[in-house]
Amino acid sequence: MNDKVKRTVVFAAGIVLVAVGVLVSVCVGAKNIALPDVLGAIFSYDEDILEHVLVHDARLPRALCAVFVGGVLALSGAMMQGVLRNPVAEPSIMGVNQGATLMVSIALVAGLAGGALGGFLMALVGAAVSGGLLLLFTLTNSANQSMARILLAGTAMSTFFLALATMVGLLGNRSQELAFWVAGGLRQTGWTQVAVLAVIGGAFSALAFAWSGKVNVLSLGDEFSCGLGIRPVRVKMQVVAMLVPLCGVAVAVAGNIGYIGLFIPHIMRRVIGNDYRVLMPASFVFGAAVLVWADIAARMVMAPYELPVGLFTAIIGVPVFLLLVRGEKH
Amino acid sequence: MRLLSCAGVGARSWLPGVVVVAVFLAAVCVSLMVGSYTMTPGEVVATLMGQGSKLQNFAVLQTRLPRTVLAFLVGTALAFSGGILQGVTRNPLAEPGMIGINAGAALAVVLWISAQTSAYYSQLDLFASVGMPVVAAMGALLSTGLVYGLSHNHGIRPVRFILTGIGVNGGILAIITYFQLAMSKGSYNQVLTWTNGSLWGSSWTYIALVAPLILAVVAIVLAKAPSLDALALGDELACGIGVNVSRQRAAFVVLAALLAAFATAVAGSIAFLGLLGPQIARRLVGPRARVMLPMAAVVSSVILVVADTVARNAFSPIEIPVGVVVAVIGVPYFIYLMIKER
Repeated sequence: MNDKVKRTVVFAAGIVLVAVGVLVSVCVGAKNIALPDVLGAIFSYDEDILEHVLVHDARLPRALCAVFVGGVLALSGAMMQGVLRNPVAEPSIMGVNQGATLMVSIALVAGLAGGALGGFLMALVGAAVSGGLLLLFTLTNSANQSMARILLAGTAMSTFFLALATMVGLLGNRSQELAFWVAGGLRQTGWTQVAVLAVIGGAFSALAFAWSGKVNVLSLGDEFSCGLGIRPVRVKMQVVAMLVPLCGVAVAVAGNIGYIGLFIPHIMRRVIGNDYRVLMPASFVFGAAVLVWADIAARMVMAPYELPVGLFTAIIGVPVFLLLVRGEKH
Repeated sequence: MRLLSCAGVGARSWLPGVVVVAVFLAAVCVSLMVGSYTMTPGEVVATLMGQGSKLQNFAVLQTRLPRTVLAFLVGTALAFSGGILQGVTRNPLAEPGMIGINAGAALAVVLWISAQTSAYYSQLDLFASVGMPVVAAMGALLSTGLVYGLSHNHGIRPVRFILTGIGVNGGILAIITYFQLAMSKGSYNQVLTWTNGSLWGSSWTYIALVAPLILAVVAIVLAKAPSLDALALGDELACGIGVNVSRQRAAFVVLAALLAAFATAVAGSIAFLGLLGPQIARRLVGPRARVMLPMAAVVSSVILVVADTVARNAFSPIEIPVGVVVAVIGVPYFIYLMIKER
């Protein structure tokens, strides 16, 4: 099987997984809905039928949000791993998501910004601050590109932001609501969230795909990219500038869902190789698939109670992380 | 070994020591003075001498003094734990809060609380509170064992040990979150103080429980301090001067885990304290463990006493977890260290 056929098969499989996942996610739940009703709700919506309302107002936007959030997070992870040349780089491990979480929690408690767009703007500020810190940290000292140092810095930053978020939650007496945010979940999803994700997430994902060639060069090393006439510092800044809105929008909608950006790119790397022009879109598709199915699991395992979806991504993510660390040579 | 212990810092070490102890005493005095009932330094001293009014006696002897004493014990335990881990892993940024040891203890305590009772600190019966340090120690040792086992791949390498710890830390935190979300709001807030660290429930009972344990382990560590210095030199060199590297390393990791566990059992999981104390102490008196570790203990205690005073009073009457305050102080310093240090 040559590369091209393999890639086509992989992408087709991923898209089928996403599509089936969305369908299943819409059909199953505290009330199971038959497929004809689902199709009816999409093509001939009637607001007097309960099933139609459920599909239209709750299930479908939720499934679509899962698709975008999963995709965006996996894509961010792939990009970070490429430009930082660090196998365990990932937005939630590096503290970028936690920065966004802190701002969202402030917005929630202070009642500063209502709605998906307001939450997104706050998350954007948080992600920008933590992303900027990360950039500063990796650029000022080349020793800081080592895996241990980057991880320690990321862990320190996420502890810091989450500690502040905890304080905000306690002071506003809303800590448990915030905990769901910290753990991540797709509870509060509607069409506004889908729209924000589709427009902002979609636009910056497209931009990121356009940059995949440069990520490719950078992943080979700073010296190498200098030799090819690409300034590594500039590309790193551009990539972080793209990561900030991507992570911001994901956190604003779904809270802090960890590890998707870690294990998806690694699994895809094994399957289709290291070419970021293919790896980044593939990560997007499979990240979407995994989050859709993880959300189904989160809703169904202890139905009618809902588990935090981050628990499921952590169950896959932590062992992958440990395996990666085990193989690290220096 | 003899060579190592002779390479002391000499005259330089007493001045910073005196200054730090003076700062510590000042911090203790302030922490005893301020609160919802504020006192003058003279009143505090008089109360400590046994001449206070009933109200003053209660505020100082029953409420504030146990907190301060516990802060000293916890600061000491975490500073020793962090100092040991930094020596053993040869990474100046290692810390029990970041490599899963505190998290393991916190998870065990969370499970213990949710299995035992839904009552709050003062109503926890004696069995539950006596069990707490034991359970926390087991949790910490289990997670340390897990990190140790998982990073064992043809021997333990310090970097892999830390990285594995960070991963295990993340996994345990996810599990704690799962239990937290399933709890009632009251239990949730209680667990929150555990996961973020707080000296809220301090009483003389807790002190009587953990003080002997912490002091005993501290004494063992000080007795073994030269081997720790040797380990910090690197595996080959330590081996060359006659230290059984893998056995000593395992022993020190167990001691560090025990100290972190006892601290977590009474004060919850306080991150960064084990990092700050040794870092500052090393700057003041140099790296020799037998001098540096006690110094680190005092520095960490100062930080914790000050942080606790802030946590109690900044948003009074709401008390914020002291761990949050420590993180707010600690993280910027940590990031500064990482950016500056080569």
